[in-house]
Amino acid sequence: MKFQNPAEESAMPTYRIMDADGKIVDNTRDPQSASDEEVIGWYKNMLTVSILDLIMFDAQRQGRTSFYMVSAGEEGVAVGSASALTPDDVCFLQYREQGVLIQRGFTLKEMMSQLFANKDDYGKGRNMPVHYGSEKLNVHTISSPLATQIPQASGAAYALKMQRLINPNTPERVVACYFGEGAASEGDFHAALNMAATKSCPIVFVCRNNGFAISTASIEQYKGDGIASRGLGYGIDTIRVDGNDIFAVREVMREARKLALQGDCRPVLVEAMSYRVSHHSTSDDSFAYRAKREVEEWKRRDNPITRLRKWMENKGIWNEDKEKEARAAIRKKVLQEFSAAEKVKKPPIRAMFEDVYEEITPEARAQMKELKRLIETYPKEYDVSQFEGGSKSLE
Amino acid sequence: MKACRRLTSVYRRSIASSTAKSRHYATQAPPPQRRLNLPTDFKNTPLLHHSSKTFSNTPGLPHSVPSTRLNLYQAVNAGLRTALEASKDVLCFGEDVAFGGVFRCTMNLQSEFGEDRVFNTPITEQGIVGAAIGMAAEGARPVVEIQFADYVYPAFDQIVNEASKFRYREGHTGAGLGGMVIRMPCGGVGHGALYHSQSPESLFCHVPGFKVVMPRSPTQAKGLLLSAILDSEDPVIFMEPKILYRAAVEEVPTEDYRLPLGKAELLKPGADLTIISYGRPLYNCSAAIQAVEQERGVSIELIDLRTIYPWDRDAIIESVSKTGRAIVVHESMVNYGVGSEVSSVIQESAFLSLKAPVKRLGGWTTHTGLAWEKYIFPDVTRIYDAILESLDY
Repeated sequence: MKFQNPAEESAMPTYRIMDADGKIVDNTRDPQSASDEEVIGWYKNMLTVSILDLIMFDAQRQGRTSFYMVSAGEEGVAVGSASALTPDDVCFLQYREQGVLIQRGFTLKEMMSQLFANKDDYGKGRNMPVHYGSEKLNVHTISSPLATQIPQASGAAYALKMQRLINPNTPERVVACYFGEGAASEGDFHAALNMAATKSCPIVFVCRNNGFAISTASIEQYKGDGIASRGLGYGIDTIRVDGNDIFAVREVMREARKLALQGDCRPVLVEAMSYRVSHHSTSDDSFAYRAKREVEEWKRRDNPITRLRKWMENKGIWNEDKEKEARAAIRKKVLQEFSAAEKVKKPPIRAMFEDVYEEITPEARAQMKELKRLIETYPKEYDVSQFEGGSKSLE
Repeated sequence: MKACRRLTSVYRRSIASSTAKSRHYATQAPPPQRRLNLPTDFKNTPLLHHSSKTFSNTPGLPHSVPSTRLNLYQAVNAGLRTALEASKDVLCFGEDVAFGGVFRCTMNLQSEFGEDRVFNTPITEQGIVGAAIGMAAEGARPVVEIQFADYVYPAFDQIVNEASKFRYREGHTGAGLGGMVIRMPCGGVGHGALYHSQSPESLFCHVPGFKVVMPRSPTQAKGLLLSAILDSEDPVIFMEPKILYRAAVEEVPTEDYRLPLGKAELLKPGADLTIISYGRPLYNCSAAIQAVEQERGVSIELIDLRTIYPWDRDAIIESVSKTGRAIVVHESMVNYGVGSEVSSVIQESAFLSLKAPVKRLGGWTTHTGLAWEKYIFPDVTRIYDAILESLDY
């Protein structure tokens, strides 16, 4: 009789293509399954995320937006994985995946409209900042409850598989579902992986393991070998990848996507290891629970942006001048869209009552009327000028 | 979260062994002088279509069409079959639905439509509802089963935070959950105790986003279910009173037909008092009304809400404005229940017409202890007494 002891098992290896100095360490794979232009594009997208982070973090500190979440240190996971998807693939995000959106073509204007909850926001000003969504990019709107998107993504993947069964001319599509290692402790993670495995769903689960869930270090989050070790228990093909290595993330995602569509379809789990360099959100001061030195160490020693930059410089396709030029151009564009979005009116007050149901219920209609009466009876108490149409939209 | 499988199958057998068994529970050692709390006579109740001739009394039902005698589970089954035939987007899944379901509602559907469209899931209510949301978001019309309403709570987050708010938060992206239906057997069955008797409808009504429906009869079950699956652009919670699965038998049109969601049904016109109810207690209401009308020469209006949320406020206000008296009856606990909402709206909207306080009759504010079910839910006597109290106020 022998009990299997997890401590005696060796940890799942971490796949990487290039080291922290941007040197290729695994020549068995072509790191560049893309053109130089594409690689530079990924780099600029990572830079955009990182510049957006700094500007929006400060904007929140100045009270110009209510909230923000940066994704410093995880730009490589988001941009690298998204670069391996087709535009038709469907994405479910947690909230720290701005890079996925930008890589898929979400514009800075669209981003700013959401962050300022103005009338151009696809979410009609209803969601907190960073809860993005886009119909044309096949990205479902982000919601705050953690891990709820994971079983939804499994179901969506099953629906995509059924669409091809009904009509074989439908293009092959997978679902990419993102979540952090903290969210993986939720019951919905278990439900989702088990459902996806038993129903053979074409889905790639991407876990961003950045070491922290707000203040909770992963040592308090789980006792096993990360999230990856769990995939095997559900009967799911699994790989752990260096999240700071954009080439490795991309290659893993490309293979995972292929695998997910093979035969009767199947789910794949990717655990991308990184480090949350930033605070959890604008409402968090992470130095209350971790040493500043540790964070600085990570920033200096290894991050996905400098790693790719070193690779590009070694290859002779990037230099200090280009870097300065790119940073200045991105910064300028971000600030432009920032000031433009800030000036745009808020959505009409009416949108508060719309879309709860397909049609506004008689109950809600009565409430709209009552709200309009209140606003008009007490005009000094309510400033409706910033909302498109003022109180008229409630008619 | 499902009760131990063995327990459930023993339980199912006890229901399956015909209504005689549940009647046995209801009528144990009847005192000979009992005249109100008699077993429901489903063969003669005016609430069921004993022949297709009465279809014309119900708006939405097709007239002069072929029909079959079906009980409620067979009507649910017929509705699901019709929906699966009507659209390839319709999918049917949950725990144990493949072999026909513990209440037989999905019988033969897997063999007819294939295991891609009708299938078992792992035992995970949050997974079932979560997956259904994702499918509906991608254009499928998933009809999922929660084995007992008592086990819906693990999916509560997915229902309240996700499905209910889905269209709202998606905004201009236009994504919605039309065609998503969560079916669940609910209500007392004589011996279901704490976890096979619950009616959690008011919990779903407090958060807008879902339509909450409870049919009282086989024709309703089929017509409302088809509307929910094929016509509704809003997700629907469809609660099936499990005690009626075998007991309620009536003529059901064999063709595809739809009953409107959000519309109450006037079952019996009256001038002196309005009773508003839904699901199984309607049969008790009907019996109590018969007893009072014979004794008092009054006439009492009976309304079936059918859709509990968003509910047909106009129909109720119109009726109570006419009769001046109202009683709301349901099985679920009276505190913060559907009756509280309906009576408040009546009080706000028909205040000057009221001749008596609006009464709420619901389950007592306790859990459904095994030994006392018949004392907990409103029976004919309690409704009879409430009618007299309201009339004599």
